[in-house]
Amino acid sequence: MSALTFLIVAVIKIAVTLGVLLTVVAYTVWLERKVVGRMQNRWGPSRVGPFGLLQPLADGIKFLLKEDLTPPYVEKNIYLLAPGLALIMALTSIALVPIGPVIHLFGISTPVQITGVVSSTGQPSDINVGILIVLGITSLGVYGIALAGWSSNSKYSLLGSLRASAQMVSYEVSLGLSLVGVLLMSSTLSLSGIVHAQLGTWFGFIPQWFLFRGQFVAFFIYMMAAFAETNRIPFDLPEAETELVAGYHTEYSAMKFAMFFMAEYANMVTVACIASVMFLGGWSGPPLPFLSVAVQAFLPLVWFSSKIFFFLFLYIWIRGTLPRFRYDQLMAFGWKFLFPLALANVVVTAFFVAIRA
Amino acid sequence: MHLFLFLLFGAFCVGGAINLLIQRKTINSALSLIVVMGSLALIYLLLGAEFVAVVQVIIYAGAIMVLFIFVIMLLNAGAEEQAKGSNVAKIFGIPGLFAGGIIGIWVLLQHGPEERRIPIGALYGPANKVGMMLFTKYLLAFEVTSILVLIAIMGAVVLARRSHS
Repeated sequence: MSALTFLIVAVIKIAVTLGVLLTVVAYTVWLERKVVGRMQNRWGPSRVGPFGLLQPLADGIKFLLKEDLTPPYVEKNIYLLAPGLALIMALTSIALVPIGPVIHLFGISTPVQITGVVSSTGQPSDINVGILIVLGITSLGVYGIALAGWSSNSKYSLLGSLRASAQMVSYEVSLGLSLVGVLLMSSTLSLSGIVHAQLGTWFGFIPQWFLFRGQFVAFFIYMMAAFAETNRIPFDLPEAETELVAGYHTEYSAMKFAMFFMAEYANMVTVACIASVMFLGGWSGPPLPFLSVAVQAFLPLVWFSSKIFFFLFLYIWIRGTLPRFRYDQLMAFGWKFLFPLALANVVVTAFFVAIRA
Repeated sequence: MHLFLFLLFGAFCVGGAINLLIQRKTINSALSLIVVMGSLALIYLLLGAEFVAVVQVIIYAGAIMVLFIFVIMLLNAGAEEQAKGSNVAKIFGIPGLFAGGIIGIWVLLQHGPEERRIPIGALYGPANKVGMMLFTKYLLAFEVTSILVLIAIMGAVVLARRSHS
């Protein structure tokens, strides 16, 4: 592949992935309002377009046209930097996620993954420390929230961002440790390598996903920590509206608020992507040999997007179900329950991997 | 290309470090330090040590600097007060720094061991190689460090514990 083809393919992949991601983010908001509405016995958005489907568009126009207030006595540079930082960190990690296998179009073979390439032997390959980069970007995401709250010069914002940074730093530890078991079993840090380690099946139909190979405790820990990392209910202390107005983004309006909003939902999508890659086999699924070849080609993308949909629905479902934690309960749960459990999972997994080796 | 990127991130790194010193507000200094850490990670990446680069981002930029920012937020530290400083430092400070740096680089180039020099992109440091090195060649240093960290954790627990008096 020449340098120019490589560049064109990369730009197309980035544009398509970003477009799809932003659409998914917009429609997750719609889905959330609709599903939570039905759970609370009301309709949710229904006026703009059929089933309220054009609501995200209307919201976007509203955000763009609203007056963009900057309160006095804020730390101006940092105040303006923070929402951009939050959104950039939220959108970057999707570049590492293997969305599908190698596709062949117009004589060019490339994996459906922004950072993926096809090596000279025809095997797909990507960055060999992929999962660590995702964790690194996640850990940088704290800055957007921390700086937003500090620079706003408001007690609610400051309290919200203090809570958020403490919570995210604490749960990051369990999040990282819960993935170690999977990394031990797959013995690679590359995300496409991890998907390839889960490709086989038992009895021809049960896929060999790490969730079914003994990592269900890790999956549970990962989901708990991921909810805390994305500041979703039941861990949405940073923006607890009954105590803190809106937490760290109290002083933000119009597009700057929308950037935080988009960052939160983009983070949800990223976390769902990593969960399905690490535990549910990414784009792999049980084989369906009765389908035609043309349908088979689309199957990986269908598997991947249905897994993402499952996780997004789970987020919304839990939001409609659970109340919020108290802050000391949150910290105790993170450090005294999830963290030791994650460590125990690492030790037990390492033991079994060592026995088999 | 590699050389250009190396010079670019080197410039970022030095610029961030200078900015860290001249900023009056604590938060701006902390943010400059994050820039320094990030550019250092990219320089490691250019050398070929991708594992060290990512770990640099996760630990320094992602964990340690977050705690710095956290403390600054908690204490709400404002602008620092300027001391008058000594005249000797004012006159000889910057030229002395340059002279010291140049002499240091010259001595290293003249007398440093030839085989220890690493050209850009020549290191090959995937995670499993680093792990092997840590648990074989550098095992003693690794274990001593882990005991040191354990002592630090115990110290933190003792300091944070509520007294029962």
